Amino acid sequence: MKFLPLIVKNALRNRRRTLLTISSLAISLCLLGVMMALYYALFIGGQPAKAQARRVVVRHKVSIVFPLPLYFRERIAQVPGVEEVMLWSWFGGVYKDARDQRNFFARMAADAERLFRVYQDYVIPEEQKQAFIRDPAGCIVNKALAERHGFQVGDKILIRGDIYPFDLDLTVRGIYSSTDFDDDTLWFNWKYMENALRNSPRLMAGGFTLLARSEQDVAAISRAVDEMFANSEAPTKTESEYAFGLSFLSFLGNIKVILMSICFAVTFTVLLITANTMAMSVRERVREVGVLRTLGFGQPAIVGLIVGESALISLAGGLLGVLVAGGLCWVIRQGPAIVQQAKTLTIEWPVFAALMGVSLIVGVASAIVPAVAAARTNIIDALRFTD
Amino acid sequence: MILPLSYNLRNLAVRRTTTAMTALGIALTVAVLAASFALVDGLRLALEASGHPLNILVTRKGSESELASNFERRVFDDLKFKPGIARNAAGEPLASLEVVTVINLVSVEFPEGANVNVRGVTPVGLELREDARLTEGRWFTPGRREATVGSSIAKRYPEARPGRKIRFGRGEWEVVGVYDSEQMARNSEILVDLNQVAADFGRESVLSSALVRATDPVAHQALINDLEADTRLNVQARSEKEYYAQQTSSGDLIRYLGTVVAVIMAVGSCFGAMNTMYAAVARRSREIGTLRVLGFSRSAILVSFFIESLMLAALGGALGILLVLPVNGLSTGIGSFVTFSEIAFQLRITPQTMAAAFLFALAMGAAGGLLPAFQAARKEILTALREG
Repeated sequence: MKFLPLIVKNALRNRRRTLLTISSLAISLCLLGVMMALYYALFIGGQPAKAQARRVVVRHKVSIVFPLPLYFRERIAQVPGVEEVMLWSWFGGVYKDARDQRNFFARMAADAERLFRVYQDYVIPEEQKQAFIRDPAGCIVNKALAERHGFQVGDKILIRGDIYPFDLDLTVRGIYSSTDFDDDTLWFNWKYMENALRNSPRLMAGGFTLLARSEQDVAAISRAVDEMFANSEAPTKTESEYAFGLSFLSFLGNIKVILMSICFAVTFTVLLITANTMAMSVRERVREVGVLRTLGFGQPAIVGLIVGESALISLAGGLLGVLVAGGLCWVIRQGPAIVQQAKTLTIEWPVFAALMGVSLIVGVASAIVPAVAAARTNIIDALRFTD
Repeated sequence: MILPLSYNLRNLAVRRTTTAMTALGIALTVAVLAASFALVDGLRLALEASGHPLNILVTRKGSESELASNFERRVFDDLKFKPGIARNAAGEPLASLEVVTVINLVSVEFPEGANVNVRGVTPVGLELREDARLTEGRWFTPGRREATVGSSIAKRYPEARPGRKIRFGRGEWEVVGVYDSEQMARNSEILVDLNQVAADFGRESVLSSALVRATDPVAHQALINDLEADTRLNVQARSEKEYYAQQTSSGDLIRYLGTVVAVIMAVGSCFGAMNTMYAAVARRSREIGTLRVLGFSRSAILVSFFIESLMLAALGGALGILLVLPVNGLSTGIGSFVTFSEIAFQLRITPQTMAAAFLFALAMGAAGGLLPAFQAARKEILTALREG
């Protein structure tokens, strides 16, 4: 510890080099931080938000594109531990022009009344809620979505049908926000579907979302529901809403492998950059090491000095990197909700610790070889060394 | 007077550790960029190679995909005698009524299962897919619960190999053969008998789409216009090639992610290169002074150091391309939001990608080498000679 001032002095000797190394480390490590935060949120430590933890989605076992019979709702509602069940259906359709990605958002039909009992995190003025429930052609939109497209209460929204053979002519009856996360969804009244598909065999549910009495019941309910329909006309797959959202991930490609490869490449680049810097600065100081040895510094002290300097630099880079990564996470949170995890992305403590660990390891690993080599040099050779 | 290139080459060789480490840093950055391009290019090439230029895909008006389309059998009966449709040896119109649905299969890559297209076709439908050749077994027999699977399906889904049975619809389907087509997107499908599968899914009268073959390119466009304008049919007609090309947007996210990551890494690697070049300039201070005494101008020194940085980057670029070459031909899958199922494709490193990656490396070298080169050029002869 008493060498700390000397280490700092050494690190500051070639300011430009230290600065460049720290910035290059910070940039690479912020990238690593964001990738690790994503990986962590998606595959390790992600937790459903409080209200969401009790929600469970029932869908067709084979694929989400197959509908379920409407009478399933009553049967699911009888499963012990189920507080409320609502049916929903993915309408799809085209808003304005499908070629513009910004016009893509979820358009779902749902039991108007039950929607608010299942999504208890939705915040909406009471009169808007009642207006939506009363209007068979009414819809509510998420606040963020409404801001993006300029929807206001009373506006008409026209959605051209593609999966279904009819168009939607909806009136915005309310704008909701959520205490959990903004889901970019337009919900419209199920009665619209009933009216449009009267007597059609296509009047079926896309799936059901149920609210469990408590978080602990989720696993048992999922099993019970799937067993109940195992031999029915439509076997189901039931999982927590959180897991259901994750199942869409594989659609974007093999995200796990992609994230891992990026992390690996970045870490290795960081290691190379630091190792390079340390090798350069050690080579410049061989003669100085000879002087230190003459003054009576032992080999371990010299190794410690050099490794310490490297660790200091890389930790500084790491800290700066985490700060920038935090900023990048904020930017991602503002972006589109490809997966819900992107909406709540932050640098969690385990990610922070891992990142600091990586910087420390990189710092030590990159300096150890030149440090030991320098410390081992014969004093006479070291003093005579010219670069 | 310009300094010879061998001077820079030798300098890089003398400091081989530093050179290697800096070049490797650049190489990794280049590799990330090239790998993400390889993914996107692989997808694009697979889709571009798909679809027959004379084929027209007909769906219900307003449907972006076959899966979302509800195509009535009576509409098909009306349209198959439209003028401009080619006929086979037996004199039947080359028009195929098809039904497309999705099933979930467990794959090697995704143990939770991925979605796969199942397509019901008639013998005419197989005739329209003349590019598909059997590599194993035989075609399914009409009227039987048999399936012939595309080569990508057989490769990626152990459940769907010949001899195995897949469960969907109202029972089991025996896999009797594997086909392979140069039109790669076709290899991600399972082909079964139209009437069998339509009955299983209760879609005897409402199917998905029709695929028709025009007699020639002129008739192709005329037929598309004719079908689109026919309000009685109420259908959407587009060239099959166009339909596949549309699905390349699935790769957009990966291209975006790859580019962002590579650019951020590039800034880091740039600083690394800058560090190396500054060190080179500092160490060769006396050398620079000597060169100036010998009569080399400031601009010659500037150019020389700049070129050295470019050489370093070029080495990194070449190394990066070498690093990423093994991914060429690797097969993977991505979800298509058009077919709601997986398209299997192979990663492809195209010459364009290599060129782009190399230029990217050179850009890093240029950005990292400019400031140090200026510093070298600005040195005063006397101070330079005294330094170091």
